[in-house]
Amino acid sequence: MNDTGALWGDPLSEPFWRAAWERRLKVQFCAQCERYQHYPRPFCLSCQSDALAWVDVTGRGTVYSMTRNWLDVGSGLVPPYVVALVDLDEGPRLLTNLIDDTLCIGDRVEVTWRDRVDGPPLPVFKSLD
Amino acid sequence: MASRDVYIVGVAESPLGKVYDQTEFSMAALAVRDALDEAGLRLADVDGLFVNYMGEEGSVQLGEYLGVQPRYADSSDLGGASFEAFVHHSMLAIAAGRCEVAVLAYASRQRTRRGRTRVMAGDPQSLMSQFEVPFGLAFPLGHFALQAARHAYEFGTTEADLAEIAVAARMWAMKNPEAWHRDPLTVEDVLASAYVSEPLHKLDCCLVLDGGGAVVLSHAARARDAAKRAVRVLGAGEAHGHWHISQSRSLVETPAVTSGREALAMAGVTVEDIDVFEPYDATTISVLLALEDLGFCPKGEGGRFVAAGSLRPGGSLPSMTSGGGLSYNHPGALGLHLLTEAVRQLRHEAGERQVPDAEVGLVHGVGGLLSVGSTVVLRRE
Repeated sequence: MNDTGALWGDPLSEPFWRAAWERRLKVQFCAQCERYQHYPRPFCLSCQSDALAWVDVTGRGTVYSMTRNWLDVGSGLVPPYVVALVDLDEGPRLLTNLIDDTLCIGDRVEVTWRDRVDGPPLPVFKSLD
Repeated sequence: MASRDVYIVGVAESPLGKVYDQTEFSMAALAVRDALDEAGLRLADVDGLFVNYMGEEGSVQLGEYLGVQPRYADSSDLGGASFEAFVHHSMLAIAAGRCEVAVLAYASRQRTRRGRTRVMAGDPQSLMSQFEVPFGLAFPLGHFALQAARHAYEFGTTEADLAEIAVAARMWAMKNPEAWHRDPLTVEDVLASAYVSEPLHKLDCCLVLDGGGAVVLSHAARARDAAKRAVRVLGAGEAHGHWHISQSRSLVETPAVTSGREALAMAGVTVEDIDVFEPYDATTISVLLALEDLGFCPKGEGGRFVAAGSLRPGGSLPSMTSGGGLSYNHPGALGLHLLTEAVRQLRHEAGERQVPDAEVGLVHGVGGLLSVGSTVVLRRE
């Protein structure tokens, strides 16, 4: 819950965070054109249909890019740590952290969850072995 | 009515560096007055105002401060690309007869006042706050780093290649008495500087200083009265892609592909005609991507192009000739400085750093997170 007592996130992203509480990774899927999209929109950006539903994804993907950050950005994370873009097998690209030090661009990864005190768990990624 | 030719008739910079005795508005006002003086114009002649980063309704606030009530106004926020986009917008307005004298202006005291925030905070319900901030990507350097990392993966671009760009900028800065950093810089120096967000080192990244400026545009009849030689605006273009890095379609291609094509087509010139290049050098990777996307070299070849010394004094494409944001000054948005330097080069008043026989210049503004591009082509007339 956020501080207004409402569910976490914004009215469109709320299902993502409700699933995150259960350690499930979900994104929007369009039944009309069978594409996945993230961030959520009120309609399918590819075909403009309303036939969207939130579905579980496998949690598997590929590292598209990554950077080891050395700056203190006030995020609560202690540098150095790795920030990455992961392409889910289903298509959408997520900004995330990698928790395995040895990962490189192009490597296969799968989702895991990082707990936090002030909200639902965050999807982060580890090596898929 | 017939379309009118448009000129930059005056440029000026505000106080630069560490400014303790001015406000952002007084700095901008001083630059506006100086730029108008070059043009032989007065505040009373100004009927178009183009302002970003001066607070809410920036052109309204600056208009009040200057005593100007424009009939054409633009407070567009296109990030650091705003000022080149303002050249595009004012050019069209003047050409169509909707504006006689356009003033673009900006100033910042990001160094002496508060520095830059490294994370985009803000509305907790924003997509940025929900899906990006918790992962601690440095803003904006981490975003540029992700682009550099992907470019390295796809094309083999090395940290040494990127460092060449910083070295070239410093060589130009050493010829500029106004530049902040003027001591020699080698590739080894850049690589030895601490990582900020890999693969970018501290010396791959631009300065954080106070500064600002103003640019005045008008049409031929007013250009004739300018105290200094006016520079013709031949063409301009703009484009934007993503806001959140995860939504970018490609990390190795920027909107310069579109903004450059539009500007060059409008100008009726090609990259081969460009004598001087002023890119927004927020980081070295920003320049490398602009070189490729504008067509100065093929996609993926940027590393080789810069490693050959192309950007340096005496190179095939003189670039960042003031020393750029990397070595000369960067007040938070470099766009006006890029235009000012290009105009001085094309007027042949750049002193020791003058590019011989400079006739045609290309200025490229970058905004957001390499997500906005705006390009201007200028010619000495």
